[in-house]
Amino acid sequence: MTLSDVQNGLAAQGYVADDRLAMALHLAQALGRPLLLEGPAGVGKTEVAKVMAGWRDARLIRLQCYEGLDASHAIYEWNYQRQLLAIRASEARGGAREAELFSDEYLLKRPLLEAILEESPPVLLIDEIDRADEEFEAYLLEILSDFQVTIPELGTIKAKVRPVVILTANGTRDLSDALRRRCLYSFLDYPSRDRELAILRARMPQIEGLLARQIVDVVQALRKEDLEKTPGIAEMLDWAAALSGLGVNDLAQSRGEVQATLVCLLKTAADYDAAPPEVMDRLIGKVA
Amino acid sequence: MQVTRFPARASGLADRMSGFIAHLRANGLRVGPRETGDALAALTVVDATDAHQARQALCSVLAGDAEDWRRFDELFDAYWFNAGKQRAGMTQNAHVRVQSAKPVIWQQQNAASDEISGENDQIGAPGAADGDADGIDGHLIAIRTTNLSRRDLRELMDEQALKQAETAALRLARAIRDRRSRRRRRSMRGRSLDMRRIQRASLARGGEPMDLFRRTRPPRPMRIVALCDVSGSMTVYARVFLAFLKGLIGSGAEADAYLFHTRLMRVTDALRDHDTLRAAGRLSLMAEGFGGGTDISGSLEGFLSGYGARALNGRTIVLILSDGYCSSDPQALGDVLARIQRKARRIVWLNPLKGWESYAPVAAAMQAALPHLDAHLPANTLEALAALEPQFRKL
Repeated sequence: MTLSDVQNGLAAQGYVADDRLAMALHLAQALGRPLLLEGPAGVGKTEVAKVMAGWRDARLIRLQCYEGLDASHAIYEWNYQRQLLAIRASEARGGAREAELFSDEYLLKRPLLEAILEESPPVLLIDEIDRADEEFEAYLLEILSDFQVTIPELGTIKAKVRPVVILTANGTRDLSDALRRRCLYSFLDYPSRDRELAILRARMPQIEGLLARQIVDVVQALRKEDLEKTPGIAEMLDWAAALSGLGVNDLAQSRGEVQATLVCLLKTAADYDAAPPEVMDRLIGKVA
Repeated sequence: MQVTRFPARASGLADRMSGFIAHLRANGLRVGPRETGDALAALTVVDATDAHQARQALCSVLAGDAEDWRRFDELFDAYWFNAGKQRAGMTQNAHVRVQSAKPVIWQQQNAASDEISGENDQIGAPGAADGDADGIDGHLIAIRTTNLSRRDLRELMDEQALKQAETAALRLARAIRDRRSRRRRRSMRGRSLDMRRIQRASLARGGEPMDLFRRTRPPRPMRIVALCDVSGSMTVYARVFLAFLKGLIGSGAEADAYLFHTRLMRVTDALRDHDTLRAAGRLSLMAEGFGGGTDISGSLEGFLSGYGARALNGRTIVLILSDGYCSSDPQALGDVLARIQRKARRIVWLNPLKGWESYAPVAAAMQAALPHLDAHLPANTLEALAALEPQFRKL
């Protein structure tokens, strides 16, 4: 597999990646190392994993991190209810074998263990790792460096095949150096005008050239405005879908629809106030 | 930035790569021998003769965070294309950046490094003739300007000032921290009796209240988030304030510290270092651009959108240490303070200028900020900081 394979594969899935991201993904696969993606919200970090899974025709295993996430929700847990039932049943039958209680059958596999047990390499997405507590990062270290999980009752389970691991972070907390050192790193920023246009074309080929250019220009201009929540690529695509659904062909001709569909782009009341019709008129006037 | 000379006698790729890793380490990236191996492995799976591909591959492997990611190109050019130290007669490569496109500070560094390397060549030549096994070629040449800023920062923290600042910060942290909850919780020595439990326990003794249980009000710690301005106009006070931050972090209170000038960086971990000198060293690495312009609202904006989500809650006091001289739009400062105000309990602005006799907050930025502040207090010396304690009790 070469770099151009990765680029073509992503393009075939409708994901427009810049050179650096493609390189990082290529290395992640070639070297078998996890890849840490950072960047603002809505630039397609999570989408990368989905696209990778689609392209490699692999299973996508997703672990959404949150505050308080612990090993029993992320790695494995024993199925206590079933174990208790089994004890009762074997008491009734007579002759219980306690070794059976800690076998595969009673193990609840959570995403990380599942990814390791998979027969063909899956794509493991650990989403928003910075939301999880710092202690949870320590759990991840063994899995990310050696691709193995140690269960005291069963021993160490090694991965049969290395999964492709993608971690995403928004920068709400500093990640530990130990975790960073185990990962390749790539930073995704808001796309340039040309790349955003390419993304829009790839995702919605039905949108006409003029409208596509206008949409991208307005969103790019809006990102420079002082907003609380800067619109990302996902918001841009939503807006484009809304506009094309309403049958808009030219933003300058249909100001009413533009104002009505701004809910797709602006997600807080303050931002909504910051973009009154005059501002939008100015932005559209600039790009039209 | 520190510039490393390309080791002329390096024998092969591995040798040069380890030189590159050392170069990155000298410039503050956290890389080691393991990364050298990774970098070489990465080059085997890409077209290593294509400088563009090699650059991107090495960037993915060696950069650790967004800051490294942005600086990598410059560091890469500096080492592999000698961009930090342009030599006459060097073959012009398509990938060498045009000198004029670089910021002014970069050109100054070029001049400085040329000078230094000139001296070094003279020293280096006899050393090599003597048969020095290691060779002088590979060693690091620090740029004069970098050296200066680093030494300055280190001098900022002498033992005594640090102690004074620590006690001042400790007192302040205590004054803020000592907020008792209104609720009561059971405890061994409390002031009031826990009648409910006493009665419940008395049942076992036939209704005689033999065991006395007590309740007390548990302390509820306040969090402190300190944002310190280290721009040019604040250089005089930086000495006091950095020591103050160090004291604040070391005080045992839940505290978080940030420095900002035109951008913001979190320094809590660096300040937590017990070795004062090493902490200062780490700080000086971070405070790159220390003493430049200020963008208060931009930095606060960055804080709010990044760390703010975790750092701020209803029990947080935000301390801003700045003189309020700011290059950005005053209205923006007011807006961002209003947003912080919604998320935090109190905002306190410690202003070194306020200690002056005839100071009035006429700077446009301060005017915009004032309505959102819970307190605007003077702080230009350690003594002034220590005197703030009663003010903080009132907050």
